[in-house]
Amino acid sequence: MTTFRRAKLALKLSLGAALALGLATSLPAKADEQFFPLQSYRVGPYAAGGTCFFGGFIDYLNLINIRDGGVNGVKLTWDEGETQYEVERGVEVYERLKSRPGVAAWNPLSVGIAYAMIDRIGKDKVPLITINHGRTDSTDGRVFPYVFPLLLNPYSETSGIVNYIANREGGAEKLKGKKLVVLYHGSPYGKETIPIYKLLADKYGFELEQIEVPHPGNEQQSQWLSIRRAKADYVVLRGWGVMNPVALKTAQKTGFPVDHIIGNVWSNSEEDVIPAGDAAKGYVAITTQASGAEYPVLQEVIKTVYGAGKGNLDDKKRIGSVYHNLGIVNGILNVEAVRIAQEKFGKRTLTGDEVRWGFEHLQLDPARVEALGAKGLFHSINVTWDNHEGNGRVTFQQWDGARWKVVSDWISPDWAALRPIIEKSSTAYAREHGIKIRTSGDDPVGQ
Amino acid sequence: MTTITDIVPAPARSSLLNANALGIVLLLGLGYIIVPLVGSDYLMDAVLTPFLALALAAVGLNVLTGYAGQVSLGSAAFLAVGAYAAYDLNLRLPELPLLADIVLAGGIAAAIGIIFGLPSLRLRGFYLAVSTLAAQFFVQWALTKFGWFSNDNASGVIDAPVLRVGSLTFTSATGRYVFSLSVVAIATALTARLLASQTGRNFIAVRDHEVAAKVIGVPLLRTKLLAFGFSSFLIGVAGVLWAFAYLRTVEPAGFNLDRSFQILFIIIIGGLASLRGAFVGAAFIVAFPLLLSRLGAAVLGSVFDSGVLEMSQRIVIGALIIAVLIAEPRGLIALVDRATRALRRFRSSQT
Repeated sequence: MTTFRRAKLALKLSLGAALALGLATSLPAKADEQFFPLQSYRVGPYAAGGTCFFGGFIDYLNLINIRDGGVNGVKLTWDEGETQYEVERGVEVYERLKSRPGVAAWNPLSVGIAYAMIDRIGKDKVPLITINHGRTDSTDGRVFPYVFPLLLNPYSETSGIVNYIANREGGAEKLKGKKLVVLYHGSPYGKETIPIYKLLADKYGFELEQIEVPHPGNEQQSQWLSIRRAKADYVVLRGWGVMNPVALKTAQKTGFPVDHIIGNVWSNSEEDVIPAGDAAKGYVAITTQASGAEYPVLQEVIKTVYGAGKGNLDDKKRIGSVYHNLGIVNGILNVEAVRIAQEKFGKRTLTGDEVRWGFEHLQLDPARVEALGAKGLFHSINVTWDNHEGNGRVTFQQWDGARWKVVSDWISPDWAALRPIIEKSSTAYAREHGIKIRTSGDDPVGQ
Repeated sequence: MTTITDIVPAPARSSLLNANALGIVLLLGLGYIIVPLVGSDYLMDAVLTPFLALALAAVGLNVLTGYAGQVSLGSAAFLAVGAYAAYDLNLRLPELPLLADIVLAGGIAAAIGIIFGLPSLRLRGFYLAVSTLAAQFFVQWALTKFGWFSNDNASGVIDAPVLRVGSLTFTSATGRYVFSLSVVAIATALTARLLASQTGRNFIAVRDHEVAAKVIGVPLLRTKLLAFGFSSFLIGVAGVLWAFAYLRTVEPAGFNLDRSFQILFIIIIGGLASLRGAFVGAAFIVAFPLLLSRLGAAVLGSVFDSGVLEMSQRIVIGALIIAVLIAEPRGLIALVDRATRALRRFRSSQT
């Protein structure tokens, strides 16, 4: 090939690519589609969780499309932008996908990206879902109308863990004099619960020590030696990524009993225990959704979606894992919010604000959860305009070396005690940012 | 060594200057008029604003590393100092105008830069680079450790105030872009002036031969610390833009070592000791991957998932970096210069 020909070919190829790019961005909106922009992460340090969570979410959206033809005839669509869990990439994807027609809600599964979006989604009037994570005070819908930390926020997680330990000890009064060590990741996420543990220690009279593990957490020898010295009764593992298996292995080396280590909601997956091998056997962690593929909704996903060759996970062994099931539950909550909003606004493509109304009326009692095929997968949710967490119950699971087994009832955090602390923080935020605190009457679309 | 100024005759030099001035006017015209008129919000908010912020940071690092020859891996720390200092000044001294906050934040970054520049009096090259890592770790640690910096927000995350100059507010994507462009243009012009002065020549003398510089009377201590201070000032201001104009919510973890490396790569690929190189490098590292990612998604998005696409883009960018550095170790800007020289020779041979 001559240089000239080669240049011509290159020109043609790039023109073709440019044309395709133009076409892709200028396609007219099809009627009755609800779009889910996904800021997913399939590469980078947190890819294991990202592929499973977004895979589960997409699997559920696919199930609704294939089995039901969408939500009341409205097809669900989505597009992914890779973020590698980095904030600025998440923001870039947000800016890129936000102009698509019919955006239903954003689900970044990243504290950093969610924080960077709070200001933006408020202006664009589209809900931001931070299931199991995010800013605790965004639970207060009076101040954060568009942010939804569904099922669990860091404070209710903390309260749930302390309640569980109390149950195991035989009542809250038995906590007195017990020694609790919180081993936390040295990041904003890890530090978020420091004040609430202090508060609960004062309330129940247990001794408390909070020890930091610097990011990423590869080296924890000295921390576990102090835990031994402190003669801790329980260790709460508030970890992330590689810190979790290292903690379990180091605990084994120093002889701390693994069943007295209680993991938080980001230390509860297969990715956290499998690398620790034997050391993880007996480890307990909090969760909002059970793992396993025996629930009817998962069986339908396997039959309908994977049967049609449209499953998102390459490795089918990961179906029913913690993050995959979290993705499925996240899918259920998003789809049900759309369905509820459609009842009010019509069976058509909804605006972001209308979907927000749907999330604010997302009430799924255990009977409805069972009808959705998710009985036992998660308990229930009851979101209102001023409570964006929705009083979800939590449960505890224990790793038996091969799989997670649920070892407690669905227990409820101490919401009444947490609410005043959350309101104190959210009203301070409102003051700082000049936000008018909403009352039940002022809803832009929900009259 | 023969340089371009030796072989270009005197009259051509003034025309070269004119060509430079014309180029700058054209670029500013493009930046201020054409881009806001035809650019989408996405282009300005997600591509150009981070490009401008990192280009300014690269200008800052280029003063230190490219001109004064002091290698630093602490750039992200000074970005963080700028961002958090401006946030705290804004919060705690509300009577100060935002522009004063930005300048003062730059000043605070400069002060910390000078402190971490002290080892440069004893250390050189890789040793100095490793000692600047201390800044990287210390700043991130301090910001996470002391809640005061982030106004006791439990997660250490800060929210940026509205960009306001006098009665003007810059809240739209275009507004934030124009604000960033103005700050970057002014800071770059100031840097160009400084580098053209005796101080700039001192920087180069220190870089090229420390002993010789000392012999001809260049004050080593002052010059090195000035380079650290001025460079950190620019990077601090870039940090304010990054936090206030681009992300608008930042956390200490966002300013990690990766970001320092990114800025170092920008100046190496763009071209050391060249202000234009900082911009070309930033375009290559910040904007080009986005372009590639959109092209890839549009052409192959239906075939591969986003993870595979992302990986293949990394391979493409990595290969391009190797190719560029082999073809021209002095960076992209040397390629650009060579092309313009060839064009000029071609034009003069035509007349």
